[in-house]
Amino acid sequence: MLKVNDINVYYGAIHAIKDISFEVHPGEVVTLIGANGAGKTTTLQTISGLLHSRTGSIEFMGENIMGQPAHKLVGKGLAQVPEGRRVFLQMSVEENLEMGAYTQPKSTVAAGIERAYELFPRLSERRRQVAGTLSGGEQQMLAMGRALMSNPKLLMLDEPSMGLAPILVEQIFDIIRNLHKAGTTILLVEQNAQMALSVADRGYVLETGKIVSTGTGAQLLNDESVKKAYLGG
Amino acid sequence: MTEFLNYLISGISLGSVYAIIALGYTMVYGIAKMLNFAHGDVIMVGGYVSFCAVFYLDLPGWLATILAIIVCTVLGVVIEGLAYKPLRQAGTLAVLITAIGVSYFLQNAAQLIWGTSTKSYASVMPGNLSLGGVTIPYISILTIAACLIIMVVLTQFINRSKLGKAMRACSEDKGAAQLMGIHVNRTISMTFAIGSALAAIAGVLLCSSYTTLNPTTGSMPGIKAFTAAVFGGIGSIPGAFLGGILLGVIESMAKAYLSSALANSIVFAVLIIVLLVRPAGLLGKYVPEKV
Repeated sequence: MLKVNDINVYYGAIHAIKDISFEVHPGEVVTLIGANGAGKTTTLQTISGLLHSRTGSIEFMGENIMGQPAHKLVGKGLAQVPEGRRVFLQMSVEENLEMGAYTQPKSTVAAGIERAYELFPRLSERRRQVAGTLSGGEQQMLAMGRALMSNPKLLMLDEPSMGLAPILVEQIFDIIRNLHKAGTTILLVEQNAQMALSVADRGYVLETGKIVSTGTGAQLLNDESVKKAYLGG
Repeated sequence: MTEFLNYLISGISLGSVYAIIALGYTMVYGIAKMLNFAHGDVIMVGGYVSFCAVFYLDLPGWLATILAIIVCTVLGVVIEGLAYKPLRQAGTLAVLITAIGVSYFLQNAAQLIWGTSTKSYASVMPGNLSLGGVTIPYISILTIAACLIIMVVLTQFINRSKLGKAMRACSEDKGAAQLMGIHVNRTISMTFAIGSALAAIAGVLLCSSYTTLNPTTGSMPGIKAFTAAVFGGIGSIPGAFLGGILLGVIESMAKAYLSSALANSIVFAVLIIVLLVRPAGLLGKYVPEKV
């Protein structure tokens, strides 16, 4: 479904992503783990078109999407839940969901919103509230619900657990498991390697802009070097 | 008392023009985060286009107004595309200086095309309504009505329409808006189109009230409307409306009862006082910069 080939991304003179290649197959949950600054978010932003690679290719559903602007990729089935959630704080919950459906035909929006409320009943209770008044966990749910409004073929989640209390992290990962069960393909970027690897079919470990190891979720969870670096022992 | 009412109505009418211009300023600021100092000169272009349409083509006032709206809308989008879009990633100062440059460009282009002499503009709606002792020019009634209609339509548009909501999304977070599939550059262009169309309407109304027109006609009302937008809270649509009306009334009253020479100084002094007390303007939200 997604095939990233040898991408290199620079911030000015800083070489942030070095020859990264990886794949995501339909129905999989794939995770990119790594420390702060390893290049996880940069990789996601390059796929979604917010940043651009100098080399290589990014194939999505068989088409090279590299260099295409972000707003075009949404209609092709690529949705990203950005780091820090970035919901529209001054807009209501329902308006945020409507924005998620921006590329969708008008006739399907109402049904999409109802589906989002089924998935996240908390949002339904707060539909008229502006998003700025929601708690962190609720904002994360809204950001995920908003991304799902575009009926994505691939959902990219950037640090969904960031800044959330442990109980909310559990909830968010339960939702990811449910989405996985329902057949959604997910690319998950996480600093919380333990949680990420426990839901992922496969994972890649990033270190200073390079992929240093890969394997199934279970393999990486038991890998000695991964344990040492990311799992606290 | 009738004198007071006359001044009040003339103030509200002037304020309505400021409000229409301020709406354009505030929308562009809200979405593109830039101060389009050429906005006032688009008003002047609107004035000249309608003037020529009436004077040379003998068109009726309403048709001249529509022509002015079309020309200014295109002009606004072209200015944005040529001068501002290439600077999207540049610093705010570069954009600000460019806007000032565009403003002088428009004034000088107008001098070349139409000359420097002041033209006498025929009101699109001449005549007065007498109510008791109060004389109300029809153009004042038209101006106030136009302002109210624009205000209501614009508010509905921003709150209810898909494009309006996309504008609010862009105003908050352009990156996130892109991730929704919103074409941010096109949305910004549309904002300029709407702002410039409003400037054209303001140009016709302003010239009809003052019946004179020259290449710098737009600059003082432009600055006043900018003041009104800041006064009401820049980025806020009701703020621009409130700021415009208040500014017009203050100016009119200052001219009538204090000193017509000092009227502008009084207007700006009020702005300074308001900003000292409420830095974000009357209806603006004060958002502390995050570090």
